[in-house]
Amino acid sequence: MTAYLAKRLAIAAITLALASVVVFAMLEIVPGDPARVMLGMNASETQVAQLRQQMGLDGGPVQRYLHWAGNLLSLDFGRSYTYSVPVIDLVTERLAVSLPLALIALALSTAIAIPVGLYAASRRGKTGDVISMGAAQLGVAVPNFWFALLLVYLFAVWLRWLPAGGFPGWGAGIWPALKALLLPALALALPQAAILARVTRSALVDVLSEDYIRTARAKGMPWRRVLWGHALRNALIPVVTIMGLQFAFLLAGTIIIENVFYLPGLGRLIFQAITQRDLIVVESVVMLLVATVIAVNLIVDLSYALVDPRLRSRA
Amino acid sequence: MKALANRSLLAGCLITGLVALMALVSFLWTPYDVTKLVVADRTQAPSLIHWFGTDHFGRDIASMIMVGARNSIAVALVAVGIGMGIGVPLGLFAAARGGLADEALMRLNDLVFAFPALLSAIMITAIFGPGAINAIIAIGIFNVPVFARVARAGALSVWPREFILAARAAGKSQTLITVEHILPNIANQLLVQGTIQFALGILAEAGLSYLGLGAQPPMPSWGRMLFDAQTRMTVAPWMALFPGMAIVITVLGLNLLGDGIADLLDPKSRRRR
Repeated sequence: MTAYLAKRLAIAAITLALASVVVFAMLEIVPGDPARVMLGMNASETQVAQLRQQMGLDGGPVQRYLHWAGNLLSLDFGRSYTYSVPVIDLVTERLAVSLPLALIALALSTAIAIPVGLYAASRRGKTGDVISMGAAQLGVAVPNFWFALLLVYLFAVWLRWLPAGGFPGWGAGIWPALKALLLPALALALPQAAILARVTRSALVDVLSEDYIRTARAKGMPWRRVLWGHALRNALIPVVTIMGLQFAFLLAGTIIIENVFYLPGLGRLIFQAITQRDLIVVESVVMLLVATVIAVNLIVDLSYALVDPRLRSRA
Repeated sequence: MKALANRSLLAGCLITGLVALMALVSFLWTPYDVTKLVVADRTQAPSLIHWFGTDHFGRDIASMIMVGARNSIAVALVAVGIGMGIGVPLGLFAAARGGLADEALMRLNDLVFAFPALLSAIMITAIFGPGAINAIIAIGIFNVPVFARVARAGALSVWPREFILAARAAGKSQTLITVEHILPNIANQLLVQGTIQFALGILAEAGLSYLGLGAQPPMPSWGRMLFDAQTRMTVAPWMALFPGMAIVITVLGLNLLGDGIADLLDPKSRRRR
């Protein structure tokens, strides 16, 4: 187990280091002087020189990379040029929107997908299976931002139950804040739920044909207990893997969904930073998202090594 | 069950064929000129004159969807081409060589998968400027590791087989074996993955053009049409309804096609569906 853990950790660390080189290099190839690009054509030479110094643009590329990466490790993300505040403050503030959004979406997606997958697998080949998998097939094809527009039209414009966009802040109370996050979370969750339901069903169908399921049935165990106790538990590995991958999709999905709902989250921050050429914010937030994806994948890898001892020895 | 598999193949072929036909016809004919603004006709509801209504500039939405199909298909198709063209040789090479080359490829895969595709596509288009070409490159890059992975996994399962051993005994080189024996044996898997990536490409292109980073106006694109519709949902909901349905139908068609091909070629996958 220790060897497995060490190998996984080393791979994650190498991936993270390589990712930081890629992010750094990508912004290096922005045409023109980044400080000039950020400040616009009307900025004075002094302003440009000041920003160049702040961004550490004066040394060679290797020196600059080491300086930047070193700062990142000590959680010093620099100062946003457009917002004039430390990037770490911006990130913390925006995470208070994006993290709950992604988590609610993940919870919704799981809460929809697992029962649907279970239902379809247990009714395999029957009408219920065909209908629920047909719906899942459709769900996979729906772009989340279009689904978001439909939800806004239905729940905000027509029924007037929920706000069409914006975020009152957690200071306004938990319920108003949750209400503002509900439609965006649903929009993010549906296509993911459709994928997860298909994976759950397919994993369950595989497991249900195993001998131990027949044994459990033969000794008279109720179908519900066979399904939840034996089948679902054994089908969880592919399901958890997909959930881990989906977290990355959810994070990226917030970029579009937060724009649809005008939510002041990390996704909107990065999109605005890109359009405003606030490269310091772009670098930091991209690195943060990439680090999150790597960390989640690592946790998923480790979690199924805990579930399935065979995977440990194979490492 | 075979009939069911064929049904999904049939439906997939039919839908995909119709969308492709619509895109091709748009080169020769559209009900209205999509570049012509007719302010007097703006935000008209669907009618016999304008089947899907008109947008805020009085442009015919049905015509815009036809021309938009061209853009979506072209971007997704070329992006799949890039992914296959680079990814498949990489995957085949890694499988043939093994060792360090294989390990390096897998780490490269980990690296690309650490970047959520949409995030990187947004970064690429933001750095090099918005436009269809950059959208293609951005989506294409993220197809590379996907095809590399599928090609590698497929090739690894073919290499230990007896006919490969025979080919090696006959003195054929690794490259020749890869081209003559491995590639034809994994072509089916690549085809299935191709339709999946094609569908994902359509969704990614729509997302990018929704954010204003895909094809630029006056070229109509489905994502851009949805962006324009967003602030007009109360007065002209059809502006959002039809382009969205076009995306859903196209992606659904491609997914059905992929499922159908997979079922046809691999009886084991049929059991799971």
